[in-house]
Amino acid sequence: MTAVQEKQTAVSSGVAADVNRKAKKEKWVRRIPLLPALIFTIVVTQIPFLVTIWISFRKWNANRPRLSGWTLNNFERVFTTKSTLLDLWHTAQLVLVVVLVSLVFGLGIALLLNRRFWGRAAVRTMMIAPFLIVPVAAALFWRYGIFDAQQGLLSGIATMVNHWFHPDAPASTVTLVSKHPLLAVEIALIWQWTPFMTLILLAGLQSRPGDILEAAAVDGATGWQVFRNLTLPHMRQYLELAGLLGGIYIIQNFDYVYQLTKDNPNTENIPYLIYKTVNAAGDYGLASAQGVVIVIATIVIATFALRTVSSLFREENAR
Amino acid sequence: MSAPVATASPTTTAHAAPAASPRDGRRGAGGVLLSVLTWVIGLIFLAPIFFMVLTSFHPEVQATLNTPQYFAPLTLHGYREFFGASSGQSVWPFVINSVLASVISTLLVLALAIPAAYALAVKPVSKWTDVMFFFLSTKFLPAAAGLVPLFLIAKATGGLNQIWFIIILYTAMNLPIAVWMMRSFLADIPPALFEAASLDGAGLIKTLLRVIAPIAMPGIAATSLICFIFSWNELFLVNVLTSTENAQTLPAFLPSLVTSQALFLGKLSAGAFAVSIPVLIAGFAAQDKLVQGLSLGAVK
Repeated sequence: MTAVQEKQTAVSSGVAADVNRKAKKEKWVRRIPLLPALIFTIVVTQIPFLVTIWISFRKWNANRPRLSGWTLNNFERVFTTKSTLLDLWHTAQLVLVVVLVSLVFGLGIALLLNRRFWGRAAVRTMMIAPFLIVPVAAALFWRYGIFDAQQGLLSGIATMVNHWFHPDAPASTVTLVSKHPLLAVEIALIWQWTPFMTLILLAGLQSRPGDILEAAAVDGATGWQVFRNLTLPHMRQYLELAGLLGGIYIIQNFDYVYQLTKDNPNTENIPYLIYKTVNAAGDYGLASAQGVVIVIATIVIATFALRTVSSLFREENAR
Repeated sequence: MSAPVATASPTTTAHAAPAASPRDGRRGAGGVLLSVLTWVIGLIFLAPIFFMVLTSFHPEVQATLNTPQYFAPLTLHGYREFFGASSGQSVWPFVINSVLASVISTLLVLALAIPAAYALAVKPVSKWTDVMFFFLSTKFLPAAAGLVPLFLIAKATGGLNQIWFIIILYTAMNLPIAVWMMRSFLADIPPALFEAASLDGAGLIKTLLRVIAPIAMPGIAATSLICFIFSWNELFLVNVLTSTENAQTLPAFLPSLVTSQALFLGKLSAGAFAVSIPVLIAGFAAQDKLVQGLSLGAVK
């Protein structure tokens, strides 16, 4: 290799390095605005969770503050304690019942609201309102204002109706919370979450392609045919999205279970159990194992949810 | 308000108008019946709130009668009691904590989310979709899962029963929602605008402030309102990490209105409704974008 050639290679590789460096710098300039949010999120949400996994394998109790060795005992206790298994069952029941019922209600109401009728805006506003009551405030009013056997509205309505037929009958008492506590929690949650489902499904209905609906109408399709063959297939991903997001929120529900049925082992769910394990028992190892269990349950739902969101997302970006 | 959801993006508006038409043709008895049914359902869902408000204006004795009392005398007694007329427990420290926690965390969220959304929508970093889904997946992590470390960290750093610790957690709680919402708003802005701004020699900060902020203002407002609502409502974290009026927010205060010594339903209803008023206002103000926020930006 001659000296000249050597010089040329050096220069060209220098230029290449320069271009490379510039591209790298450009990449970092683009990343900078993203970094604060990204780092903050990792530090505040991911690290505590990793620590949770770590603690879940340790013996750690507030009463015996010294960490003492690794153990699988926490997970063993989660899966062998009968009340904890019951709590898992309550959590699953709450999610399934509340999500399915509010989805069905939500779809029905969204279909009704999608028609044009007098006072549509007013009814739509009424339907949103339950979602805009602070959950703990709503739970307290359901507990003491509606479900309460003595002063509650349900007992009051029962008394009122009973008095139409038997004016001298004593006041009726409806004891929903003490007799069917889980049902009481489900009713209140369905009341608050149906509006959520309705809003998402209504948005889905309004994004149906109009030309195809028109063509169907021209071809003389009946309302049922349009619903079965056009609306439902189009709504599938909206139903999935509403159901999965609802499931993720309800699996974490604490306010209703805690306020409607305090200290009731028949409704206790996992978040409430974790709250108790940390607050009352101070058993950090066990609480962490319980936390890991609820995350695994959530991941099952979340995987499907992410898939649905990403298909909607891709569709939107393809437009 | 006929199609507020559709107005969020011009592409859906075009479809939305004809979408409703096939069902409009059906008038007559069936149509009227369906309209009445819709009204009845709406009223059923409104009923608990109606009775909450009604009870809140009734004297305690009438509030305790369980049959619907439409004609009981109206009074502000419940609201006076909620503000601590006879118990001596002032509600104001809790109001201040709630306002601090929700307003400051919302401002922090915006300060972090707007630049992030810029880096995800306008000049996207490579693999920006992966970053989006990372943010989303953190929202799927139940707060209960990180509770023990958060409690221990709070204890170690002196953050237990401190409002600043709650503010940090609420910021992290709402950041993913804000990033998703802001990205979808910024993605709607025509790229030519940014090119024009950069040709004029505007830097990032200047572009953000002068070009993006004015156009994205409705989106920023909706995002803030939704973050505000989520922070204002939060109970689980505040219940574990705070214990006194030094940092407790209104959701943690409300249950203390339930007493075993005296009648409390009027006071409780007043408190429940008063605490919900900011959420009702914010929710109706953000109505058009509510779906987008609740679905984490997936539905427009």
